[in-house]
Amino acid sequence: MPIIDAILGDFFWRALIGGLGVALVAGPLGCFVVWRRMAYFGDTLAHSALLGIALSFLISVPINLGVIITCVVLAIALVMFSRSKTLATDTLLGILAHSALAIGLVTLSFMPDIRVDLTGLLFGDLLAMSRNDLLWIYGGAALILGLLAVLWRGLLMSTIHEELARVEGVPVERLRLALMLMFSIVIAVAMKIVGVLLITALLIIPAATARRLANNPEHMVGMAIVFGFIAVSGGLTLSWHLDTPAGPSVVVTAFTVFLLVYGSARQSRA
Amino acid sequence: MTDEALVELKQLSVRFDDRPVVDHVDLRVQRGDIITIIGPNGAGKTTLIKAVLGIQPISDGSLAMAPGLTIGYVPQHLTLETTLPINVKRFMLLSGRPLQACVDALTKTGVEHLLNASVHHLSGGEKQRLLLARALARRPDLLVLDEPAQGVDINGQAALYDLIRSLRDELDCGVIMISHDLHLVMAATDKVICLNQHICCSGYPADISHDPAFIETFGRPVAESLAVYHHHHNHSHDLHGDVVSGDQDDAHREHSHAHH
Repeated sequence: MPIIDAILGDFFWRALIGGLGVALVAGPLGCFVVWRRMAYFGDTLAHSALLGIALSFLISVPINLGVIITCVVLAIALVMFSRSKTLATDTLLGILAHSALAIGLVTLSFMPDIRVDLTGLLFGDLLAMSRNDLLWIYGGAALILGLLAVLWRGLLMSTIHEELARVEGVPVERLRLALMLMFSIVIAVAMKIVGVLLITALLIIPAATARRLANNPEHMVGMAIVFGFIAVSGGLTLSWHLDTPAGPSVVVTAFTVFLLVYGSARQSRA
Repeated sequence: MTDEALVELKQLSVRFDDRPVVDHVDLRVQRGDIITIIGPNGAGKTTLIKAVLGIQPISDGSLAMAPGLTIGYVPQHLTLETTLPINVKRFMLLSGRPLQACVDALTKTGVEHLLNASVHHLSGGEKQRLLLARALARRPDLLVLDEPAQGVDINGQAALYDLIRSLRDELDCGVIMISHDLHLVMAATDKVICLNQHICCSGYPADISHDPAFIETFGRPVAESLAVYHHHHNHSHDLHGDVVSGDQDDAHREHSHAHH
């Protein structure tokens, strides 16, 4: 279809459509990050994305796939390490987040033949969104939304009270793994838009903004998606007109909305 | 009412790093039983009930459950993240039961008027009643409660134990609970297990306060205050001789008479 082709031929529209797809899954997953206090955990996974990119070049697999696999492996390692309780979780995450980022950067520097736009990877790039990326984003989004729909009650129950969920037969550990997989996918696809350093912000800020106005979990998810849409469209527009970096512009927009909502809303209702 | 055990523990042990936390415990729960576990801090009470709930791996011994057993669990606390908005209705529906069943359960525990209230705004006693309703909505064969009266004022505590007893009668379920409120336990329960890693003594409330092991665990002042509290029970028991180490069924019958 010529119209769709014309739209997809324009880099700004590609970025916007891709960004909206990312916001669609960042809403519900961001709520889980906020509810389960996983902000630092998400940050650590996102930082490891750069390592995933380096490894993808090394063994020549698609970058998105390489990032997803690296994130999943790191997530599982994190869960196992944190169970051994030899180090406090925040210490462990602090070590792994920055080590993963550093190892990624060092590995990339060993590959002089490969041209990577480091600033784009770290902070997002409006121009980088390809049609292929859109396929990854919407494929990933469909998978995540499908999983969330099927697993919703169990995920929510194990978030509210893990032991009660266990007693009621909710497979808590498997759901934790599913959540890790979903985070890894969203990191891989959100990387192009906001960059690895700012992905957590796109997850947390819209969800935290929604909390102020929501009175039940599903309501909060819906509003987090809407605030994500606002952040992405506002941020990319800003980036296009003022030639600011895409990721920071999206985060600045999200933060502005957050301040407006918290400044103007009455006491939270629930 | 059948004599079939809902849950039967035989020589069950749980060890953390070779340190026994629950040590060779035998326990049998039937329909209609209310069994209260008491014991000092760190005695393994919570670990024991987690083993019964199937969420604590056991190191030794056996745990048998009646086939198709539904357990209703009332955890010690409901500490919600403030970031998670949820009201009573939504929380109840997460049990997977239809709305009517949820409302019925809330009515039984006396908090149906809070259906649309935020869980964050409930008092300690209301939260306990909500958790109890959540367990009831599942129509449990066995109700397991971990210090159900924590954070509830003294009048509320007595009412809560009364409620648990009447629910037992209505649902014909078994009840296991942990409690610290010795006086209320003694008044409200059928059988007490005093746990200190192993079961140091067990029996009917009036008897147990005389048990040397109980006195050793809780100290003489506590034991004596409980003995006074149940003085009329002791008296009727004494007519039948030594019931502590003797035939417990006999003691039970006498004990029930004393109650009526």
